[in-house]
Amino acid sequence: MMATTQCGVFHESYRSDMQLRPTTWQRLRVVVVFAFIIILPFVASAQNLRIANTVVIAAIGAIGLNILVGYTGQISLGQGAFLAVGAYSTGLLMHYYELPWPIALVLGALITAMFGAVFGIPSLRLKGLYLAVATLAAQQIVGWFVRNWDPIDGTKADGAARELSMPRALFFGDKLNDSEFAFYVVGMIALVIVAVVATNLFRTHIGRAFVAIRDQDIAAEVMGVNVFQYKLVAFATSSFFVGLAGGLTAVHSTNISFERFTIDVSIEYLAMIIIGGLGSISGSIYGAAFVKLLPEILRDVGLWIADQGWLASGQLDQYLPFAEDAAFGLAIILTLIFEPEGIVKLWSDLKAYFRLWPFSY
Amino acid sequence: MRVSKFDRPYESGRPERHQLRVENISLSFGGVRALTDVSLTCEPGEILAIIGPNGAGKTSMLNCICGLYHPQKGRIMYGNHNLARTSSHHLPKMGIARTFQNIELFRHMTVLNNLMLGRHVHMKKNILTALLYWGWAEREEIENRRFVEHVIDLLEIQHIRKQMVGSLAYGLQKRVELGRALAMNPGLILLDEPMAGMNVEEKEDMARFILDINEEWGITTILIEHDMGVVMDISDRVAVLEFGRLIGIGTPDEVRENPDVIRAYLGQDHGGRS
Repeated sequence: MMATTQCGVFHESYRSDMQLRPTTWQRLRVVVVFAFIIILPFVASAQNLRIANTVVIAAIGAIGLNILVGYTGQISLGQGAFLAVGAYSTGLLMHYYELPWPIALVLGALITAMFGAVFGIPSLRLKGLYLAVATLAAQQIVGWFVRNWDPIDGTKADGAARELSMPRALFFGDKLNDSEFAFYVVGMIALVIVAVVATNLFRTHIGRAFVAIRDQDIAAEVMGVNVFQYKLVAFATSSFFVGLAGGLTAVHSTNISFERFTIDVSIEYLAMIIIGGLGSISGSIYGAAFVKLLPEILRDVGLWIADQGWLASGQLDQYLPFAEDAAFGLAIILTLIFEPEGIVKLWSDLKAYFRLWPFSY
Repeated sequence: MRVSKFDRPYESGRPERHQLRVENISLSFGGVRALTDVSLTCEPGEILAIIGPNGAGKTSMLNCICGLYHPQKGRIMYGNHNLARTSSHHLPKMGIARTFQNIELFRHMTVLNNLMLGRHVHMKKNILTALLYWGWAEREEIENRRFVEHVIDLLEIQHIRKQMVGSLAYGLQKRVELGRALAMNPGLILLDEPMAGMNVEEKEDMARFILDINEEWGITTILIEHDMGVVMDISDRVAVLEFGRLIGIGTPDEVRENPDVIRAYLGQDHGGRS
């Protein structure tokens, strides 16, 4: 792969060479993105803002998963469990200890980080699919635990899934689980912080060590990277962000139940980072947006088709879940066949095309 | 920040060089005896070549020294450390670096990042400062970047600095791998077939780099190589392995005259006409 960067940019210090966005145009793009982020909540309907909020939460979770799977190369099927640990620990801390929600969020994320590090221990011996199966154990254990553990409020008859009702979280007088606008502000601030610190991580020796472990673990070991220790750090860092996403889910809800953190969720998140781009922070965000927006777009298309009178009443609701699954599967297959490096590669190819045009050789 | 060829960045922060003493090591995998009772020493500052037919145990020897294999018997002393009982990620702290026979670079990283990974043991900032980046971590990156630029300068790979390693030609990859080992600023470097698969010109370049880092930087070098011309030209001493045993060690001239070595390489005279 050739590095297509803008020509005519000459750096005079290592500091400027190491900048993330060295050119004016790149900085302008950042300004445009921020303008979009700020204007969106004022123009979007409450319904669309709710969708935006699910994208924001998913993006934080996807960045976390990408640190582990995309950058460090440790396949994890325990994403749902890690989200659950984040959500339940945040919820329980607020419920029982009446902690203010920001503190509960951070503590919940820290608890998830520790939990992730523990489930990273098998990575000492296991690689690839075998490790994926080991992380599946996390999924099952957490699932069993929240269904059977007493402190989690049993609102339903025993045997059925239990729910934990969330105390209200106030943000300048607005309830986070009521006002989509208030949650958007909190969630977006969290996403921006997570995206920036995750990008920073991969500009330093710790992030490089993660990537080195993915590419060539023996060479990394010989170059002085304590592979086991760094794998655990990767698990912990990844789980911290995933736990934060889980905590935000909790704060966004009136109650939390385990149905929202099943193995399906783990696979959905893997799809996000595959479609968006493995080993890319911005790819995680694109992937999260794609996967979360796809069903909404399908629903709109379905409603339009129903409006045309092509479907009898009730048929739409009958077909939609199947259409969603099919579109989801199709998206993954098409990505794997045509652009295994994901949306982020499409975007960089597009930029390279215009940079090289009209002499693209 | 200009990089001058006359700077000597490698003189600061280099771990002390020691004599390497391999004492009676034996290594076996199940029933296969890869190394049998091998002893040799390598003095600080010398170039020691290890030669031998395929499967003689040369790479196993390097793997024992750098902690990837742990021999069942014997010691490998470097200073006060027994390398035979040390995990490989501790070796860079003692100043031991190596390259691999089949290039083991980080293919999806740029050349620059590969070399920066070579600086890993010199970078100590914790994860919180790494997440914040601006300030401490950035300063540490710049300090180490300066050293890496010296290596880039020495190996003449400025033009591929920002390219992905996986996209580079084989000869350049070999050079980058040497660069990654050098970036560590080692006192002892282990090179596993640094010239395999290269054309004459690339071999000459590589030989020049090996001599440069040995003479100018003063790095002790142990190398495995099959090209006898190169081995006899650049090494101070040559060790010959055959079937896991050391059959000869000495200066190139001594080894060339050693009857065991001649037998190993040219075959034994069974009394037929010669």
